Amino acid sequence: MAMTLAEKIFKSHLRDEPFPGTKALAIDVVLCHEITTPIAINDLAARGKDRVFDPEKIKAVIDHVTPAKDSKTAQQGKILRDWAKRQNIRDFFDIGRNGVCHAIFPEKGFIRPGYTVIMGDSHTCTHGAFGAFAAGVGTTDLEVGILKGVCAFREPKTIRINISGAMPEGVYAKDVILKIIKELTVNGATDCVMEFHGSVVKGMSMESRMTLCNMAIEAGGTSGVCMPDEVTVDYLWPFISSDYKDKKAGLEDFKKWWSDEGCEYVKVIEINVSGMEPQVTYGYKPDEVKNISEIEGAPVDQVYIGSCTNGRLEDLRAAAQYLKGRQIAPGVRGIVSPATPKIFREADEEGLIKIFMDAGFCVTNPTCGACLGMSNGVLAPGEVCASTTNRNFNGRMGKGGMVHLMSPAVAAVTALEGKIADPRKFRREGI
Amino acid sequence: MKSFGGKVMFLDRANINTDEIIPARYLTEISKEALRPHMLEDLQLDGFDPKAPNNQDAKVIVTRANFGCGSSREHAPWVFEMNNINVVIASSFARIFRQNMFNCGMLAIELPEADIEKLFRYKNIGARIDIDFDKNSLTISSGKESDAFSYRISGFDRALVEAGGWVEFADAKY
Ligand code: SF4
Repeated sequence: MAMTLAEKIFKSHLRDEPFPGTKALAIDVVLCHEITTPIAINDLAARGKDRVFDPEKIKAVIDHVTPAKDSKTAQQGKILRDWAKRQNIRDFFDIGRNGVCHAIFPEKGFIRPGYTVIMGDSHTCTHGAFGAFAAGVGTTDLEVGILKGVCAFREPKTIRINISGAMPEGVYAKDVILKIIKELTVNGATDCVMEFHGSVVKGMSMESRMTLCNMAIEAGGTSGVCMPDEVTVDYLWPFISSDYKDKKAGLEDFKKWWSDEGCEYVKVIEINVSGMEPQVTYGYKPDEVKNISEIEGAPVDQVYIGSCTNGRLEDLRAAAQYLKGRQIAPGVRGIVSPATPKIFREADEEGLIKIFMDAGFCVTNPTCGACLGMSNGVLAPGEVCASTTNRNFNGRMGKGGMVHLMSPAVAAVTALEGKIADPRKFRREGI
Repeated sequence: MKSFGGKVMFLDRANINTDEIIPARYLTEISKEALRPHMLEDLQLDGFDPKAPNNQDAKVIVTRANFGCGSSREHAPWVFEMNNINVVIASSFARIFRQNMFNCGMLAIELPEADIEKLFRYKNIGARIDIDFDKNSLTISSGKESDAFSYRISGFDRALVEAGGWVEFADAKY
């Protein structure tokens, strides 16, 4: 029978079907951060079950508030740190080595095609970019994942999204996913996997695919997925080269996860990017999206470039090419947070950090920080932030603050102007 | 098993997200108890005040589509639990929130839009909802008026409620 990628992963990982329609899957990787995991750790300890199913399959990072900003966040970090030590979790990333979870875990090669991945974080869908079934869960699911290596799901349906056309200058993966969310609405993909296909996706880097999959949850999607191909093999090669005779053999193996011809989709959506404008959100929901020409000129107080959506090297490059040799507008606060230490180092070696600093940006360490309004750039009531993150909920970056979501390119030129600006009207500099 | 039913709090808006249910600034808490005073603190809803007398002692929330969207934080069901609210009734839920509710042994009941409309007729007259968990039915009442509805939950979700949550269920089984 023809199956989708998600159905194949469900079939190969099925541990049990405790009730019709509910599938308990064996989990390949359980990812943890210091916000949602400490309560699970404490609860397990209180139940006399301070154990992990497999320390090799658990990866942990302190990323949301790091360095700790107060004694409460210090305590959260400490609970995770002590636990990682106690349970022999070797892949634990603490200060100096830590970065935003959905950027650092793929960068370390932990995510592979066909894997099942859970984390106590809604943007776990990001990892579907590798052809994995990756889903955000709550603390209880995380707790069971840690203890048993199992998680139960309703088998998701799949929505196929074909993305074709030629990407116009100034338009990036972020613009494409914003447009898709606008079309699907914030619950258009609930209980569904969003499968991204088409020439545009094939031409995208892993970074761009992660941007695409990162925001699947903003349409309610369980996971975003891309078929693992040559680009996936190239990205993962440093980690898998001993498993395969050559890249071709790796690709052949990855192909077994591809959705079959004739498999069942609940919906097929066609998106043609030719002639598309950069996209920006305007309200408090991620499906409230406008063409840039409809919102250009709206003033902002702060510009934030970073997060699991757009804090990767290609995002910093996209912004820097507009910032080089220019200054951000007086009165605008620019903040850039490279998502991992590796990205930070590479951005530094390429001269991007200097470009940001010369332009007047504050460069922070890798952290979620301002994205969820916990540190490093919290808004005051009434303030507006142009942001490359993924959520524009009311108060998301600080009580009473407002967020416009956009690509790093739009964010960069918005910083130059102090109001939402169109990157297509700016000359790009070689970097 | 938890107890279900009682006075109703109506949240008359779709797409209420978990940041509105419990803002990120309280995620530094590591006890559920500390969340209690902050329920729905950032909710954007005209005229709604979680601390108003008519919202005190509510045990059931009635709301609209896509409730609990956004962040996966289980702090959202927990803040309800800490305020003795063990049931949310909506026309639809975001996946993670719905699962989190059942994983905590709480009830997330989906009803068709038309039934939700009928429940909202009781919005301004002080209502209570009684739930017959064995029969999958619920009754809303106010004074002499009442309406009954039946709902469906999966066998798995029912088992989680009966077991008191997913940790108990999974631990016994896997
Ligand atoms: S960067 Fe923002 S969206 Fe991503 S994991 Fe951190 S807080 Fe969540």
